[in-house]
Amino acid sequence: MDTLGLLALSPPGWGGTLLVGLWASIRIAVGAFGLGLAIGLAGAYGKIYGGPVLRDCLAVYTTVVRALPELILILLLYFGLTDLVNKLMLASGYGRIQISGVTAGVLVLGVVQGAYATEVLRGAILAVPSGQIEAARAMGMPAGKIARRITIPTMLGLALPGLSNLWLIATKDTALLAIVGFNELTLATRQAAGTTKAFFTFFIAAGVIYLVISMLSTWGFARLEAWARRGDPPRTAGGG
Amino acid sequence: MKDTAQANPAPRPEAIRVEALRKSFGPHEVLKGVSITAREGDVVTLIGGSGSGKSTLLRCVNFLETPSSGRIVIGGEEVRCRPDGTPADRRQIERIRQSLGMVFQSFNLWTHKTVLENLIEVPVHVLGLPKDEAVGRARKLLDRVGLKEKESAYPAFLSGGQQQRAAIARALCMQPRAMLFDEPTSALDPELVGEVLAVIRSLADEGRTMLLVTHEMKFAREVSDHVVYLYNGVIEEEGPPERLFGAPQSARLKQFLKSVS
Ligand SMILES: Nc1ncnc2c1ncn2[C@@H]1O[C@H](COP(=O)(O)OP(=O)(O)OP(=O)(O)O)[C@@H](O)[C@H]1O
Ligand SMILES: [Mg+2]
Repeated sequence: MDTLGLLALSPPGWGGTLLVGLWASIRIAVGAFGLGLAIGLAGAYGKIYGGPVLRDCLAVYTTVVRALPELILILLLYFGLTDLVNKLMLASGYGRIQISGVTAGVLVLGVVQGAYATEVLRGAILAVPSGQIEAARAMGMPAGKIARRITIPTMLGLALPGLSNLWLIATKDTALLAIVGFNELTLATRQAAGTTKAFFTFFIAAGVIYLVISMLSTWGFARLEAWARRGDPPRTAGGG
Repeated sequence: MKDTAQANPAPRPEAIRVEALRKSFGPHEVLKGVSITAREGDVVTLIGGSGSGKSTLLRCVNFLETPSSGRIVIGGEEVRCRPDGTPADRRQIERIRQSLGMVFQSFNLWTHKTVLENLIEVPVHVLGLPKDEAVGRARKLLDRVGLKEKESAYPAFLSGGQQQRAAIARALCMQPRAMLFDEPTSALDPELVGEVLAVIRSLADEGRTMLLVTHEMKFAREVSDHVVYLYNGVIEEEGPPERLFGAPQSARLKQFLKSVS
């Protein structure tokens, strides 16, 4: 078979298999990134405004997750979490449940993303000039509204470069789920390559797909950042 | 204690009353029992050297700082506090803050919002005013402070004087009972001070109640009904501006006035 035939969408081509893998990868990346953002936002506010116990717990979480290699974490969380969930289900009188690959992937990567997001968002929130928040307090805005309408929009411009990095890591980390047998893009590629022996074709194809995702994301995040920074003062030449 | 020259037999109602206010930061007592009353329409000006506690006093009035002891009464409503001095009712504090328009030395306009969005933010999203009504109100105020053309500009693209006028308009847009100014012109280039003082003067002329902290002594003398000189956390001397600036009694005030003129 020629290259185009190998990459054709319907069998005997493997293009369809790759696209199914890609779709799974994207769903996991989006889910994990979203979960990571939610954990990160809660974690950042907890670290800044929380009591000592909460702050210590969060410190353990971010330190451990950021210290361990992601591969180990994924194995640990994947088997640990599914095991834990099932133990809990059994203990409370329910049967074992089958956790779907996507759900497990989102949970595992989300917990990893959350630790990094906590630090990115904490730094960005602390960089919001105190006068911005003080003005809102002085006008009688309730704390929740201050967070939503003042602090978060203001810190967004500062956080987006870091968040953009996290998103790219999320897309690539989905490949690590191949190790636990999850059928995402990298595993699909390996199957296609193994079956047809056309290693170059498929791994280059997968590489191009990851590159396109990365380029589109970078462009998207740049637009988002420009929007978030719409109120920034004009830059003078020489970086003043 | 205050305007004894007041001829009116039925005095105007009190807008702001501060009684025996004390405030410490750790072991450092910054306010040592200060009492001030502003009746409706009064312009009460606080003067004093750096570190004398002027900002702290102003910030205690709207509970940006929690007083260590003393009473704060706004429009006849006393702020309820727990035994430890912290406000008992968050809602009450928010309501009281909405009735006091505060203007900061550093403007503090929200950088990610246009001038118009800054003005309507709290009226629409906190007070629940319909948006078109808030926009109408905001445009009138922007016109009044001379910023009609700037409603779509972001604060960073305005001069300091324009930003401060926008910040005053933002405070007015809540239709507050009184205004609190903390050195509104201290961060401005000298040539921009006049335009901001002109706006504040127009507010005084229309009978707005305000507490004003300023180092502009000439301006204070012209607009104030009552002037308070704070020294080291206590009121060293107070009275009508003619007397305080024209015939100061205490040696410290004389010294202070000499140093700032
Ligand atoms: N949050 C704080 N924590 C600790 N000390 C503070 C705090 N805020 C103010 N102070 C101290 O309280 C004292 C009074 O400060 P305040 O800002 O009220 O003075 P001020 O009269 O407004 O002076 P200035 O003219 O310089 O603005 C100063 O000694 C200051 O260092
Ligand atoms: Mg001050």
